[in-house]
Amino acid sequence: MIGAAVSRTLGSRGLPWVAGLWLVVLALSPLYGDNYIVKIATFVALYGVLALSWNFIGGYAGYPSFATGAFVGLGAYAGAICQNAGVPMIVAWLLAAIIVAGVAAAMGPVILRLRGHYFAIGSISLVEIGSVLASNWSGLTGGGEGLNVRFLPGGPDFIARFFLYAMLVILVAALATTIAVDRGRLGFGLRCIAQNEDAAEMVGVPSTRYKIAAFVLSGVFCGAAGAAYASWVGYIAPADAFSILLTVKVPVMVLLGGAGSVLGPLIGSAALVLLEETVWARFLDYHQAILGAIIVALIFFLPGGLLGLRLRWRS
Amino acid sequence: MSALYAQVLLNGLMLGALYACIAVGFSLVWGVLNVISMMHGSFVILAGYLTCAAFTGAGIHPFAALVPVALLLLLLGYFLQLGLINRVVSQPVLTTLTLTFGLDMILYNLMNVWFEATPRRVTLDLGRLEFGEVVLPLDRAAAMVLALAMTGLLYVILRGSRLGRAIVAVRMDRDAAALMGIRVPRVYAATFGLGAMMAGACGALLALVYPITTNVTGQLLGKAFIVCVIGGLGTVPGALAGGLVLGLVESFGGHWFGPQVAPLLGFALMLVLLAVKPTGLFGQRGYE
Repeated sequence: MIGAAVSRTLGSRGLPWVAGLWLVVLALSPLYGDNYIVKIATFVALYGVLALSWNFIGGYAGYPSFATGAFVGLGAYAGAICQNAGVPMIVAWLLAAIIVAGVAAAMGPVILRLRGHYFAIGSISLVEIGSVLASNWSGLTGGGEGLNVRFLPGGPDFIARFFLYAMLVILVAALATTIAVDRGRLGFGLRCIAQNEDAAEMVGVPSTRYKIAAFVLSGVFCGAAGAAYASWVGYIAPADAFSILLTVKVPVMVLLGGAGSVLGPLIGSAALVLLEETVWARFLDYHQAILGAIIVALIFFLPGGLLGLRLRWRS
Repeated sequence: MSALYAQVLLNGLMLGALYACIAVGFSLVWGVLNVISMMHGSFVILAGYLTCAAFTGAGIHPFAALVPVALLLLLLGYFLQLGLINRVVSQPVLTTLTLTFGLDMILYNLMNVWFEATPRRVTLDLGRLEFGEVVLPLDRAAAMVLALAMTGLLYVILRGSRLGRAIVAVRMDRDAAALMGIRVPRVYAATFGLGAMMAGACGALLALVYPITTNVTGQLLGKAFIVCVIGGLGTVPGALAGGLVLGLVESFGGHWFGPQVAPLLGFALMLVLLAVKPTGLFGQRGYE
């Protein structure tokens, strides 16, 4: 909520500039960096998409969703299976996004009736179910051995840049949708739901429809990003695609940046990816513990996220 | 045929007793503190590792290691709650859940460094009982009996002791309990400690029956979720019933549809119950 307030004080003028500048920095990474830097930029864009997606349901609507891993995994598998069936790559990504949106729309009415812990658990169980299905439906998914996806032809430079710009296109789509939601009726309604769902219902916010819309929005870009990720790495397995770690990491990114705002998810995902990349390289044995320590510190010292910090300095 | 079903039933009951023991501490913490402890699976595995280390390192019998290991986990849980989790305990779900997830990542990582992820177990080979064609391995039977005994012990603590009554009072109405002179933060810490203690006891028993490895912490946590949703929150009988139901469902489901499908059945049952009756089959309203 604090993040949202800052976003609004920063105003309609400041916001697109900051986000646009950030996109340019990512897009120009092939000019100032080698393929390793481009890979990091691609990851920043990927996690930016996931964080913006989670923000619809977790930030604006205030529902503690842990379904990100399920959406990404489903998107990755749907994209890979379509591609292996001969569908052109980008069409496969679009199909994956549509499939994930459909599943989110079908699951939404069931699990969005739950609140609090029960919703959290219902959404986490989607990840588990996806993982169990992917391991056991071996005819379709290759089971525990995973699934290979044909690599894109072209040199490593071309592939690195291609997937960077693919992720950036998805990121721009997610960002544009976020800005539209943030300024529109839907965003207003979702903020009302986050504050008090019963009261929102009372004053005429169609809460069920809005929540399902937010849930579908939080799935659709994850599906596309998951499919693009599968094409990028060329191999997916149940445990990596349907990852519990991912499903918690993405909300942490948004909390780090500031939930319920446009810039928060972008800031949080970039900060965590860069942090992880520097930590990962130095403490291979302890990277998970360090990430855990960052999460704990975040909860205690930065409850409003990095954007909230700005606000605290101001006031 | 009937012998086969008797065997499947027996396996389901043995599995169910362990599930009940895993879930009862988790359910207590969730019900009383309104905190989902993402560390629960890691607590179980930590206790399993300690039991294995005591067995291979010093030759301590797992049944003898059970009490000290459980007490160690009790202390760990008590101080974690008192020092860290109590500070955010009244904040929204996302905060407490994320915090315990962060703590779990630290514990998980440390376990991988200290103990290495290679699966290990304690092999006692106590022999087996045979009733006609139905086989009852004694080590599993002992684990089941002890799991039920620990669950019963928690019930007795909650029903009979001063602390137990305080926990139940806080669970019913925190503010009223505080007005009656109960020190709520201490009760929270004791509750979290008891939850960790149950996980510890269960881990010691699990080391007898299954290989101990950090890879299964998430699965154990998943079982605890499912049992809570089936049985309802915060009561020992609920967790017991939920555990047995899940054990039987997995055992019979595995028998009829193949072992790969068994874990899926638990989650499917949970989703249906969440949609239809979120208080659990045996839960009461008004405690949420």
